[in-house]
Amino acid sequence: MTATQAKWVDVGALDSVPVRGARVVKAASGCIAIFRTASEEAFAIEDRCPHKNGPLSQGIVHGTSVTCPLHNWVIDLETGKAQGADEGQAHTIPLKIEGGRIFLDLNRLSIEQAA
Amino acid sequence: MWVGGGNAADPMKKKLVVIGNGMAPGRALEKLFELAPDAYEVTIFNAEPRVNYDRIMLSPLLTGEKTFEQIVIHGDGWYVKHGVTLYKGATVTAIDREAKTVTSARGVTVPYDKLMIATGSLPIIIPVPGHKLAGVLTYRDLDDVQAMLIAAKSRGSAVVIGGGLLGLEAAVGLKEQGMDVTVLHLAPTLMERQLDTPAGHLLQKAIEARGIRVITTANTKAILGEKKVEAVVLEDGTRLPADLVVMAVGIKPNAGLAKEAGIDVGRGIKVDATMRTSDPDIYAVGECAEVGAQVFGLVAPLYEMASVIAAQLAGDENATFTPSAVATKLKVTGIQLFSAGDFADGKDREEIVLRDAARGVYKRLVLKDNRVIGAVMYGDVSDGAWFFDLLKKSADISEMRETLIFGPAFAGGSPLDPMAAVAALPDEAEICGCNGVCKGKITGAIGTLGLKTLDDVRSHTKASASCGSCTGLVEQLMKVTLGDAYNPAAVQPMCPCTHLGHDDVRRLIVAKALKSIPILMQALEWKTSCGCAKCRPALNYYLLSTWPGEYVDDSQSRFINERVHANIQKDGTYSVVPRMWGGMTSAKELRAIADVVEKFNIPAVKCTGGQRVDMLGVKKEDLPAVWADLNAAGMVSGAAYAKGLRTVKTCVGTDWCRFGTQDSTGLGIKIEKFMWGSWTPAKVKMAVSGCPRNCSEATCKDVGVICVDSGYDIHFAGAAGLDIKGTELLGHVETESEAIEAIVALTQLYREQGRYLERIYKWAKRVGLDTIRKQIMAEPDRRKALYDRFVFSQKFAQIDPWAERATGGKAAHEFAPMADLTIKEAAE
Ligand code: SRM
Ligand SMILES: Cc1cc2nc3c(=O)[nH]c(=O)nc-3n(C[C@H](O)[C@H](O)[C@H](O)COP(=O)(O)OP(=O)(O)OC[C@H]3O[C@@H](n4cnc5c(N)ncnc54)[C@H](O)[C@@H]3O)c2cc1C
Ligand code: SF4
Ligand code: FES
Repeated sequence: MTATQAKWVDVGALDSVPVRGARVVKAASGCIAIFRTASEEAFAIEDRCPHKNGPLSQGIVHGTSVTCPLHNWVIDLETGKAQGADEGQAHTIPLKIEGGRIFLDLNRLSIEQAA
Repeated sequence: MWVGGGNAADPMKKKLVVIGNGMAPGRALEKLFELAPDAYEVTIFNAEPRVNYDRIMLSPLLTGEKTFEQIVIHGDGWYVKHGVTLYKGATVTAIDREAKTVTSARGVTVPYDKLMIATGSLPIIIPVPGHKLAGVLTYRDLDDVQAMLIAAKSRGSAVVIGGGLLGLEAAVGLKEQGMDVTVLHLAPTLMERQLDTPAGHLLQKAIEARGIRVITTANTKAILGEKKVEAVVLEDGTRLPADLVVMAVGIKPNAGLAKEAGIDVGRGIKVDATMRTSDPDIYAVGECAEVGAQVFGLVAPLYEMASVIAAQLAGDENATFTPSAVATKLKVTGIQLFSAGDFADGKDREEIVLRDAARGVYKRLVLKDNRVIGAVMYGDVSDGAWFFDLLKKSADISEMRETLIFGPAFAGGSPLDPMAAVAALPDEAEICGCNGVCKGKITGAIGTLGLKTLDDVRSHTKASASCGSCTGLVEQLMKVTLGDAYNPAAVQPMCPCTHLGHDDVRRLIVAKALKSIPILMQALEWKTSCGCAKCRPALNYYLLSTWPGEYVDDSQSRFINERVHANIQKDGTYSVVPRMWGGMTSAKELRAIADVVEKFNIPAVKCTGGQRVDMLGVKKEDLPAVWADLNAAGMVSGAAYAKGLRTVKTCVGTDWCRFGTQDSTGLGIKIEKFMWGSWTPAKVKMAVSGCPRNCSEATCKDVGVICVDSGYDIHFAGAAGLDIKGTELLGHVETESEAIEAIVALTQLYREQGRYLERIYKWAKRVGLDTIRKQIMAEPDRRKALYDRFVFSQKFAQIDPWAERATGGKAAHEFAPMADLTIKEAAE
């Protein structure tokens, strides 16, 4: 398996994620949060806040950010980076939407896991 | 049927055959005849029995604003003039690439040297039960419009499925024809592909203002009817009578014919930048073509494709197609709407939002690296073309950034400083539209009366005292007049999304009858498109408490605990605290708790500081089942997570205690049963003690009662958390019912005035203990009115959220993972 080759898996319909909300996808390497923003974009990030592992999927989504439910760090959904004075980064996972369904790159999950 | 070209077959000319006679090939042929009038002998097959017409104009045809003759692009004469053979009503059923021929359904076979496939798109039909009934239409061609016009004669009901461009145009047309129209849309806002949420909401209001019903988040379950449609049923059980159903839920490229001929097909017919398919003699153009994984549904890019194909056919091999941004407008008279480019927000992007509530205008530009990459405008689209031009040219706008949103009128000269602009206004310029206050009046009053604060200016001039939307302008004026003596920070804005403070927002919600977050953000000119984690929960509470029964709670604007009705723990698990009314429990309740703890392997059980039991470490997906078991034993949510009523602690009182003066336990239970479920600005904790020994610690609660021989001393505004503070006396009453009325009225006053997250003791300090005492204890009419408002709001609040989720299926998406890849990964 080469690292560059993507293996897309269907994880469900975009519509099954609430607008300005998130759902969780379970993976061997840990949970992944799938976010859907007000402008109908979707993002996938590991469901662990860089601060103290708070479940980001449970936060309030605004713009393309989520506010962590545990201590209010604001995480950028595109980069996974903490905003403002806080420092840290959550892993992002490649995601694409096709025909209203969300696909994740399974290979990138396994690589993360191996790393 | 066909119209033939005059020329007999000329053996010197190459044969060009076109399949489909829509707007794209029409334009391609026009161009081709300009570039190389005599190069090809052209034959067109068209499944529709007519000439090429402007499909975009079907909507004005439906409303009656245009006739078919007015929307024809190429009349019969055009085909004759250019020697084109047009087969009308002739569907091509096969392409033979070996023999280089096409064959129609009626058996006509024509040879080609070059073939142009332009079969357009097919409307998507959702395969719900009943989709084949008579009276179910799509919206694509003249036949559809004619069928709609006939159906509309009945003046009956129409249901349009799909709130995109086509669906809305169809809905408006059918309404215009006298039908009773409902639009069903799956997404939460209309035209969500082209518009952001605020613009989507404005559009919805405008559509509804025309008497069209709009139901969003509507999932069609079935279409009912015996011989023809009679009704549409939604997933949630709603039944809508319908004599006509129009499905306008999207289109898909019509690539079947090409696929059967063995041409490469993805979503559409794959072509390279020269518009050639995998067969070099076959081109595809229009909505059926797929270029670089993209397909198109608006004519602008199709026309660009048409130019490329024409140039290629005329021998210019350098002509290539590169997709560029497209702009959308809705063709509904009276609704001004424009969107172009990419308007999703993102961290590398900035947005400029202009909201002019009085004129119903919303404009938003999305910038990246100082270039416009997206634009949405509603209400005033006059600058749309200019912004679209900047976007397509990818122009650097840093020079005119400050005034960019105001359009080209401001962009010409030097950048405009807003302060300078205010200073430059003439004295007669109107500042406050509501109260007709001009600039001179305000600056005059500031000077002669020595006004220093916004409130002073409001009370003396009435400027910004009504809708408040000119507040920013008034403040700039004060700054210009008073210089550094004016300190606008006196009003602390709610958050960086607005300049308004909590009190202004609360006042304006009532004054302007604002009933949803998007409408509020528009009317109060929010600076961001969807708020932040600070303002959204506050707005949700303000709207909920102001419009009980009317406002629809926005769960995505709530903190997780209130969204899933449990408290999140540091490891992502949850704690569950059921109510134990007044701290009383029973064997049955304790047994149910014990059973739940064992059944779900709950790691910790603890007595809380609020006289009840906390089960800690429950997995999120177990919550509904845990609640179901607790519900079965008669227990409801203890709201240990809520900005709402938490606990009412009691002591044993006259039931058992030798010092007890009143039934403190009974009163505590009555209060808790009366007030549970209510939402408040911050949490509210109460206690009732049976005597001044105060074993339930009533004198450090938000509201506390100390029972005495002569009745009840009601206390309030205590604190024992971050601050420690003994309560103040609100007053003394003689009976239980008087005590309850006073406590309820006090809570309601706090619900109406408190700022979000402001506990009772802070609110009381801000508005004054005496004012509160007077209103509750000395003004019986006011007390009664407050009491009644609380009772009314409880009708909608006293619904156990656990039961709704445990057995009612509400918010099921919260408790189940979207997908489980662990199985799949293990298999890999
Ligand atoms: C469970 C409990 C502690 C215990 O084990 O006894 C508790 C636990 C928490 N308290 Fe408390 N408080 C508990 C009684 C209290 C009390 C005592 C009382 O209610 O009589 C107080 C002081 C009284 C008061 O509120 O003024 C108290 C003052 C606070 C405060 C400070 C509030 C303030 O405005 O000063 C917070 C922080 C906050 O709300 O922002 C807080 C916040 C919390 C949170 C919700 C922390 C959080 O945000 O996650 C804890 C949640 C744990 C959980 O998941 O259950 N807790 N907390 C008690 C639950 C009572 C209940 O049955 O509902
Ligand atoms: C109601 C409505 C409103 C619209 N409004 C706008 C708008 O405001 N702005 C905008 O930019 N766009 C708008 N559009 C979209 C625009 O009309 C289309 O993008 C454009 O017409 C597509 O042109 P085309 O030539 O690719 O395909 P079409 O115009 O669909 O033409 C395809 C033709 O091929 C025929 N055909 C299909 N298969 C065969 C076959 N096997 N043999 C022979 N013939 C065949 C079909 O009958 C059809 O006549 C609107 C569309 C509709 C329906
Ligand atoms: S006192 Fe602090 S640590 Fe203890 S429960 Fe309350 S908030 Fe948590
Ligand atoms: S764990 Fe996310 S902010 Fe602390």
